[in-house]
Amino acid sequence: MYVAVKGGEKAIENAHRLLDEKRRGDRRLPALSLEQIAGQLALAVDRVMAEGALYDRELAALAVKQARGDMIEAIFLLRAYRTTLPRFYESLPVDTGAMGIERRISACFKDLPGGQLLGPTFDYTHRLLDPDLTGEEVEPNDLGTAEANDAVMRVSDILAADGMIESEEPLVDEDGVEATPGDMTRRPLSYPLSREQRLQALARGDEGFLLALGYSTQRGYGRNHPFAGEIRIGLVEVEVDLPELGHAVPIGRVRLTECQMVNQFRGSSETPPQFTRGYGLVFGQSERKAMSMALVDRALRARDFGEDVLAPAQDEEFVVSHCDNVQATGFVEHLKLPHYVDFQSELQLIRTLRQEWAEARESDADGDEEFGREAAE
Amino acid sequence: MPGVAQANIRRRDRFAVLARCELDDLEQQFRTLGLNPEVTFLRPIETGLVMLRGRAGGTGAAFNLGEATVTRASVRLGDGRIGHSVALGRDRKRATLAAVVDALAAEADDEQRIETAIIAPLRQKLAEEDRREAELVAATKVDFFTMVRGEDE
Repeated sequence: MYVAVKGGEKAIENAHRLLDEKRRGDRRLPALSLEQIAGQLALAVDRVMAEGALYDRELAALAVKQARGDMIEAIFLLRAYRTTLPRFYESLPVDTGAMGIERRISACFKDLPGGQLLGPTFDYTHRLLDPDLTGEEVEPNDLGTAEANDAVMRVSDILAADGMIESEEPLVDEDGVEATPGDMTRRPLSYPLSREQRLQALARGDEGFLLALGYSTQRGYGRNHPFAGEIRIGLVEVEVDLPELGHAVPIGRVRLTECQMVNQFRGSSETPPQFTRGYGLVFGQSERKAMSMALVDRALRARDFGEDVLAPAQDEEFVVSHCDNVQATGFVEHLKLPHYVDFQSELQLIRTLRQEWAEARESDADGDEEFGREAAE
Repeated sequence: MPGVAQANIRRRDRFAVLARCELDDLEQQFRTLGLNPEVTFLRPIETGLVMLRGRAGGTGAAFNLGEATVTRASVRLGDGRIGHSVALGRDRKRATLAAVVDALAAEADDEQRIETAIIAPLRQKLAEEDRREAELVAATKVDFFTMVRGEDE
C-alpha cells in the first residue's frame, strides 16, 4: 500500500530544472525543431500518435522532444493532453478501400489489380549502418516516377467477391441503423468484450507487447496459419456529419496502416469452408504494429470459431488488460514512489518471523540434545 | 431537390479543399479577391477532438480507432452571410479564413467567383501533389518472379 508523503519541494524543483537542462543537451548545438522531429523521426512520431490514441503530428513531435525520446513517456504526455480537450464529433468509418496508396503489398497474390507497390520500405535494405548519414546533408536521390494506377483494390475484397473468405458486414439493426461501437475512453471495459471493443484496445496497445503475442501465435501458442493478405499504407479522408449543414463533409486526411491477415478455415453445415480474417488498423506508418494487431485479433476470435482457448494470445482479458503501456508503466513505476510506511510494517513482520524462527530452532536444538543424550544412554 | 443536392456536393468539395490546403496558399488566393469583409464569430473558435472510426476487415462492424484534433469556426459577415469550417489539426487562422470563404460562397452570385479565385487553384495544387506522390510510389511497383524449385525439373 502507498501512503502519501509530503515535503521535498525544493529538491523536486531542482530535479526538474536539471531534467530541462539534460533534455536540452549541449547548448553549442542547435535545438531540435518540431518540424525536424515530425519530418525526420516520422515513424517515432507515428508510434506516439498510435499508442497515444491521438492523431496530431505536431503534438506528438512535441511529446517526443519533451520526453527526450522516451516513447512511453511521450505516449503518456499525449494521452494526458487528450483529456483536456472536448469531443466534438465521431467520424464516419473511414474507407480504406479509397486510400491514397503510399505502399501496398500482398503475400498471397503475385499479380493483383494495382500491383505490388513497395513504397518507402526498409524491406530489402541490407541493414548496414550508412556512413553517409553521419554528416550534415545527403545529396538528394534521383527519384524514379511511373504512371500511377487509379484503383488499388483491397485483396480481402477480391477474396470476398468469390466467397473464399468470411464476409465482413456492418452491424445494423432491423431498421438498418448501424450500431454505435463501444468506446473504452468513455466507459470502462467489462468482459467479455465485443470484437469492436478489442480492436479499439489493440489499436492503442503497446507495439512490443502485441509483437510478442503475435510472434507467440506463430510459434504455436494459438496457431492460426496466417498469410499477410495485404498491407497498405496511405492517406484516407475523414468525414463527419455536421448538424449545421445537414450532411457529411470531409475534414482532412490521416495516414493509416492496414493489415488484413488471411487465416485458415472454418465452415459449417450451412457455410462451405472459408478463410478467416485478422484485422489491424493503426495511425501512421506502422506495419509491424498493424501486422501484430491482425495476428492477435485473429487469435482472440478463437471462441467465435469454436477453437480451444489455450494460449495467452487467445485470452481476451489477459491481452486487453495488459496491452496498454500507459497503464502498465503506471503500475510498474509506482513501485519507485515512497512506500516507507508499508515497508516499515513489512520490516516489523519479518523481524517477528525471524525471531520466531530463531526461538523455534533453539527449542528444537534443545530437544535434539535431549534426544541425543537419551539415545546415548 | 436536385439543386440542393448539387449545392451540397459543391460545399462538400469546398470543405475538402479548405480542410487540406496550406494556410499560406489560402491567404494568397484570398488576397486576389481584394475583399476585407467584416467578420464576427457566431461562437468562439474551438479546438477539440473527433473520434476516428474504422471498420473491422475494412468493410465490417465500425470500431473506434482513436481521436484526432479538430478545429472549427462559425462566422457571420457584415451582410449577414454565415459560414462554417471544420478541419483536422489546430490551425485557428486557417479555420477562420475557411469559414469566411464558406460564408462568401453562401450567396449563389458569389459562389462561382469563390470557386474560380480560391477553390479551383487550391484543388489543382493539391491534386498535383497527390499525382506527384502517386507517381513516385508507382515507380516502386515490383514484379516478383516465382522461382522454379529444383525438384520440379
